[in-house]
Amino acid sequence: MSSRDAILQRLRNRSGGELAIPDCDFSVLQRPSSSVAERVDQFQKTIESVHGEVHRCTSENWITQLADLLSSRGARNLLVPAAHQIGRTLRDADSNELPELLIYDEPIHSWQAQLFNEVDASITSTRGGIAETGSLIMWPTPDEPRLMSLVPPIHIAVLEASELYSTFHEAMQDQNWAAGMPTNALLVSGPSKTADIEQTLAYGVHGPKELIVLVIE
Amino acid sequence: MADPIKVYPPKPSHVYFYATCLIDMFYPDAGMAGIQLLEREGVKVIFPEDQTCCGQPAYTSGYHDEARAVAKAQLDLFPEDWPIVVPSGSCGGMMRKHYPSLFKHTDQEDKASGIAARTWELTDFLLNVCHIHLKDLGEPTTVAMHTSCSARREMGVAEVGPRLLGQLQNVNLVEQVRAEECCGFGGTFAVRHPEISGAMVSEKVDALTDTGAGAFVTTDCGCLMNISGCAEKNRKPLEGQHILSFLWDRTHSGSGRES
Amino acid sequence: MNQATQDPHHIDVKEFHPRARAAISDPKIRQNFRKAMDGLITKRKDAFEGMDLEALRELGANIRLRALANLPDLLEQLEKKLSENGIKVHWATDGDEACRIVRNICVARNAKTVIKGKSMVSEEMELNHYLEERGITALESDLGEYIVQLAGETPSHIIMPAIHKNTGEISELMHQTTGTDLSNDVEYLTASARQQLREKFMNADVGVSGVNFAVAETGTLCLVENEGNGRMTTTVPPCHIAVTGIEKVVGNLEDVAPLLALLTRSATGQHITTYFNMISGPRKLEELDGPEEVHLVLVDNGRSSIYQDDELLDTLRCIRCGACMNHCPVYTRVGGHTYGTTYPGPIGKILMPHLIGLDEGRHLPTASSLCGACGEVCPVKIPIPDLLVRLRQESVDGDKLNPAKVRGHGAKRGSVEALVWKGWSWMHARPGVYRFGTALAARLRKLQPGQLGGWTEYRTAPKLAAKTLHERMKERGQ
Ligand code: SF4
Repeated sequence: MSSRDAILQRLRNRSGGELAIPDCDFSVLQRPSSSVAERVDQFQKTIESVHGEVHRCTSENWITQLADLLSSRGARNLLVPAAHQIGRTLRDADSNELPELLIYDEPIHSWQAQLFNEVDASITSTRGGIAETGSLIMWPTPDEPRLMSLVPPIHIAVLEASELYSTFHEAMQDQNWAAGMPTNALLVSGPSKTADIEQTLAYGVHGPKELIVLVIE
Repeated sequence: MADPIKVYPPKPSHVYFYATCLIDMFYPDAGMAGIQLLEREGVKVIFPEDQTCCGQPAYTSGYHDEARAVAKAQLDLFPEDWPIVVPSGSCGGMMRKHYPSLFKHTDQEDKASGIAARTWELTDFLLNVCHIHLKDLGEPTTVAMHTSCSARREMGVAEVGPRLLGQLQNVNLVEQVRAEECCGFGGTFAVRHPEISGAMVSEKVDALTDTGAGAFVTTDCGCLMNISGCAEKNRKPLEGQHILSFLWDRTHSGSGRES
Repeated sequence: MNQATQDPHHIDVKEFHPRARAAISDPKIRQNFRKAMDGLITKRKDAFEGMDLEALRELGANIRLRALANLPDLLEQLEKKLSENGIKVHWATDGDEACRIVRNICVARNAKTVIKGKSMVSEEMELNHYLEERGITALESDLGEYIVQLAGETPSHIIMPAIHKNTGEISELMHQTTGTDLSNDVEYLTASARQQLREKFMNADVGVSGVNFAVAETGTLCLVENEGNGRMTTTVPPCHIAVTGIEKVVGNLEDVAPLLALLTRSATGQHITTYFNMISGPRKLEELDGPEEVHLVLVDNGRSSIYQDDELLDTLRCIRCGACMNHCPVYTRVGGHTYGTTYPGPIGKILMPHLIGLDEGRHLPTASSLCGACGEVCPVKIPIPDLLVRLRQESVDGDKLNPAKVRGHGAKRGSVEALVWKGWSWMHARPGVYRFGTALAARLRKLQPGQLGGWTEYRTAPKLAAKTLHERMKERGQ
């Protein structure tokens, strides 16, 4: 018999007999309804408490804010999505305030070393956020591949204030995730960090050292 | 799945007093104090003569046959439907929490569950069933308190001791650091793993000594024996007492403590 | 008995006592653990502030119980969903078989280097050791695991593997093994490790990770982490192999939300970790990164035995948060290595006897004062103290009504000890004998020995009262 069948058989022929199935009461996850402004405040407070940076912008001024943030950090370049509105808007802006714009349009193996060593910052969209835990929801796509938000030392995420949920549970229910998940989905809640050396926090251990969220209100 | 909610009975006419073997042999004063406090509240105390030990030492050591034999000898001591009060969180926990599983699928199952349901830790019973009001007759003093782990977690009475002490006007209760941490007694644990138990009790003595109170009270004689014994061995200025002795000493006239 | 220099692959679990003694007399170990555990206790408390923790724990426990009640069905559903998603599922009866599976995948891909995210199941399998012996390099990428690997040790905590070391020790270690400059600057040390590991990520042939929750409904593998090494491990190498215990499956995606909320708060006092990574398939044709191949190895290794018994089954609810060790007064004193087992602390004491046998693990269940702090904080309400008592019973074959089941049961039953308990029971089941005996002891109390073995090493002997309470009540006329 295969290990698979042997294991399943042992589980099925459990000597203690059938197990009772308990009820699961999810109501503890419910939160009182809140306004967008309240959720943005909570999001900001929570993500800032773990070293994330939040800038509230409008759809008019976010590019200027972005340019300032990048130039103050001396970023030489910015990886932007090829097709997403964010990327297109940035390229169309043709601003000389912005650093060189790069796009991720080739399979990783053809430019891995460059991505790892030469890209200073990236910008991606989000599928919303979670106020309670200060989290960004991201579903990487061919346009915004997985490593885009992980490898460059600065990651900038654009979040529409209206897409903030109270809790993770609410977000996945509302967006009906159970109907089908992408190959990779992520919650990102702050920059990469570790406390493995004597409980002392250090940022950017493997992923970005800085996470900057542009909240579009 | 959810823990059962404690429902306190109305104050009864009688209670059974289950002293525990440690109190019987080492701290009978604490037992007497408990009995007198109950009597002062107008409750008649019945002391079943045939009581010995709840069986916990063998139970927690894994000798369940032996524990069951001893526990079985206790089951017939409480024929009336009166509450059973125990001046110990640990033995109370054994009776309230573990008797039902110890006698599961035996002829004594119902009896054991019945006893479990009417077993109360004594300070809890004084405060929440007798609604005791203490009048402090003693000199101003400062004490620290150590609630035993079983009193805290099995019997859920962590708040009770401080509230009783809070009724005593002249008593200043100070909190030790890491109040929730075990003193390292654990019955046979102290003998099986002396080095670990020793490290735990030494730190507990330090925590209590560092309060500056010089004295502590506790709900359980196991902790008392452990902590006081360690303090004495290391010549630390720390006096321990069972909380019942402390409460009785300060509140009965003729204690020689009145100001 | 120096913990650090012992070969981690040849630790005799039974040698618990000497290791405990050594740890307790090592001020550095004592201080490192105390400081860390105090911090974690406070952080956990703060993280649950304002939440209905009891209702959340209740939900967490019920979700885990429900998943266990449906375990075989859920595993099949998981397998089906994952296969549909393009993830290949393998089943392993024990650690060795799991290691073989991983190796075979590596061999088929001609893989020489494996980069690893944190995985306690791979520690359980001793995967690194197995691969190294067969010419495949396995490198840990979680900073704590990396440090532990550089030191040739095993993790001393399931969440914070290098918690037993302080900054100075780590700097010294990195200096000696990697040539990193000596420094007490944690940022510098971390940045150095980042540099060293980035190279490795780029060149690794296979990434191996653990799994925190495997969702049957959607065929999703969930990973919880802060560093990003887990994302690197599961994204950069062309092949990703996840290894996990068969009990990690949950029914619905929805179940993950409360479990995640409990896990991170209980573990490190975080509302959430930096990354929550949900993997449901390999790279699709149109995607530009991610592994081309994804495998899941489902490991039994004793779990299906635990599953047979209604009480022991609770052990399988565990979500490996480590809160039980953070709150354990014994763990805090002796540290993780003293246990000599993959999983230390309270969860180790109730889990390891099933994995290695109660004969090997005979000292594990007794190394507890049964204070109950573990059970009180466990996010899925595992009654750890009750399980410890159950295993103590099993290890002495102490209950004829409920015969022992765990492999190696009865190994601790000594004839002298059994006789002592028989005598004790005989006396305490006979009220007359008991009264006579205790009264006699009170009379003879001056003869009481002043030395009582381990007890009086740290305390004075307890003093018998002049009269028992029984006698005093008799005098009172009762
Ligand atoms: S037993 Fe409970 S507290 Fe311990 S690691 Fe598992 S889930 Fe966490």
